[in-house]
Amino acid sequence: MRVFRILGRSFTNAFKSLIRNFSLTMASIICTIITLVLVSIGLLLSYNVKDITENIEKELTIVIFMEKDTKKEDVQKTREDLEKIDNVENIIYRSKEDIKNEFKNDEKWASIVNTLSETDNPFQDSFELVIKDVRDINETVTTIKNMEHIEMVKYGESSVNELVSIFDGIKIGTIVLVGGLVLVTVVLITNTIKITIFSRKREIDIMRLVGTSNTVIRLPYLIEGALIGILGSILPILFTIFGYTMLYEKFTGLTVSNIIGVIKLASPDGIVYNASLFLLLLGTVVGMFASGLAVRKHLTV
Amino acid sequence: MEFIELKDVYKVYKNGVTALASINLKIKKKDFVFIIGNTASGKSTLIKLLYREEKPTKGSVSVGGINVAKLRNSRIYKLRRKIGIVFQDYKLLPKLTVYENVAYPLESYGLSGAEIRPKVLAALEQVGLSHKTRSFPSELSGGEQQRVCIARAIANSPKLLLCDEPTGNLDPKTSKEIMDVIEKINKELGTTVVMATHDKDIVNRMKKRVIVIKDGLLDGDYLKGSYKVDESV
Ligand SMILES: Nc1ncnc2c1ncn2[C@@H]1O[C@H](COP(=O)(O)OP(=O)(O)OP(=O)(O)O)[C@@H](O)[C@H]1O
Ligand SMILES: [Mg+2]
Repeated sequence: MRVFRILGRSFTNAFKSLIRNFSLTMASIICTIITLVLVSIGLLLSYNVKDITENIEKELTIVIFMEKDTKKEDVQKTREDLEKIDNVENIIYRSKEDIKNEFKNDEKWASIVNTLSETDNPFQDSFELVIKDVRDINETVTTIKNMEHIEMVKYGESSVNELVSIFDGIKIGTIVLVGGLVLVTVVLITNTIKITIFSRKREIDIMRLVGTSNTVIRLPYLIEGALIGILGSILPILFTIFGYTMLYEKFTGLTVSNIIGVIKLASPDGIVYNASLFLLLLGTVVGMFASGLAVRKHLTV
Repeated sequence: MEFIELKDVYKVYKNGVTALASINLKIKKKDFVFIIGNTASGKSTLIKLLYREEKPTKGSVSVGGINVAKLRNSRIYKLRRKIGIVFQDYKLLPKLTVYENVAYPLESYGLSGAEIRPKVLAALEQVGLSHKTRSFPSELSGGEQQRVCIARAIANSPKLLLCDEPTGNLDPKTSKEIMDVIEKINKELGTTVVMATHDKDIVNRMKKRVIVIKDGLLDGDYLKGSYKVDESV
């Protein structure tokens, strides 16, 4: 009961001062909107980066060709060595006999392969590796190249490296931008609330003198900050849900390279709602944090 | 332990001014004590130590069993709910009516309207302002505003009433009326009163315990009625 009464009174006060300082409130809300829209873009981008990277990781293989006359026991030893590499998820071994048989069964090649004698085999033993993390692919390849009896290692090196570095760049850029904007928003909301507090400084002092607890004094301002955050997150949430869904429907795919294949946007189900919830929380927390900063000074003797 | 006890208290402000030095003082429950002294002698500082507006630089201050000097900022409100404070400048909120001014500390403690109403009405009755509940402070005389301030201070039935020159802005006749109100509160409600004042007429007439401060030092402590006008500073 007590808590509800105090909360009720605080809400009334918070609304009153939001309206009284209309222009500053609007400035704070607009700043929050801009920040949260960018946070939203950053979030959706990183969701997609994660999605694409995972897809690439799933599809990306390293193909290893053994030297032609490698003995079977050496091949077996190579296999064991490959299994020891941390970044290797899965190994498929294809012996030169298997490959020869495959070609024999292939109409196009059968006539040519059949001209070879039983013992004659131009193919090479090979491994296909699925790896865990694309980022470490160069290291993994170097390790493999240094092993014995390896003739050739093939993978889509240049495009993979490029893509990984672009994604990293996007991530860092987003984090820096969003961090900066959150800071600006905090400063703006802090100032808005400071003005409110300034006009009520006398009241706060008197409240303290007559035994009002700091929590109760702080409450209307925290609510005011939270309201700014919540009001500021409405448009960004709509932008996230409808904007992204529209983009997803319009944008059918982009071919990057034949190794990586087609890049598609991640499906909006789930993603947009998670992002929206995050925006709402972030707006509220930033608003409350900013107003907490603003009142702090006035609550000490 | 005494109701109020100061042990070897020093107060040095940040600017280097020593406002109080080696103050030892005990005040009993239900007592009525005047604190007098020249301007800048440290009277207000002493009162501020009691409600923890200032912290002693050295020494200990205890009020009603609470070690005030060690009280954390976030807990000060607990002390202040047990103390009524009356100021020279009233410190009323101009946008609230008399009733609301007296009620809102209680509201902020979370009491319900039904709990608050009898307390507010009783307090206003004590100070003789029952007929002005709906007026705003700007519509009241200085004496009436001071009565509102006193009503607000006693509405929560505090054990201690601190007054810093409550009659400083009032004419002699109004001052006397205000002093009558405060004395009545002391007698009828048993509220301990500690009052800093300049007003020698009041001090002489009322025959209470008198503590004299001179340049931040305790210069005299006269028991009830033993203080005489010619000894004044
Ligand atoms: N917040 C403060 N910061 C610095 N110095 C202060 C502060 N408050 C008071 N002082 C100094 O401390 C000394 C005592 O001040 P105090 O207000 O206690 O005197 P007082 O006896 O109440 O005077 P008056 O009768 O004029 O009200 C003065 O020299 C004053 O300048
Ligand atoms: Mg003073």
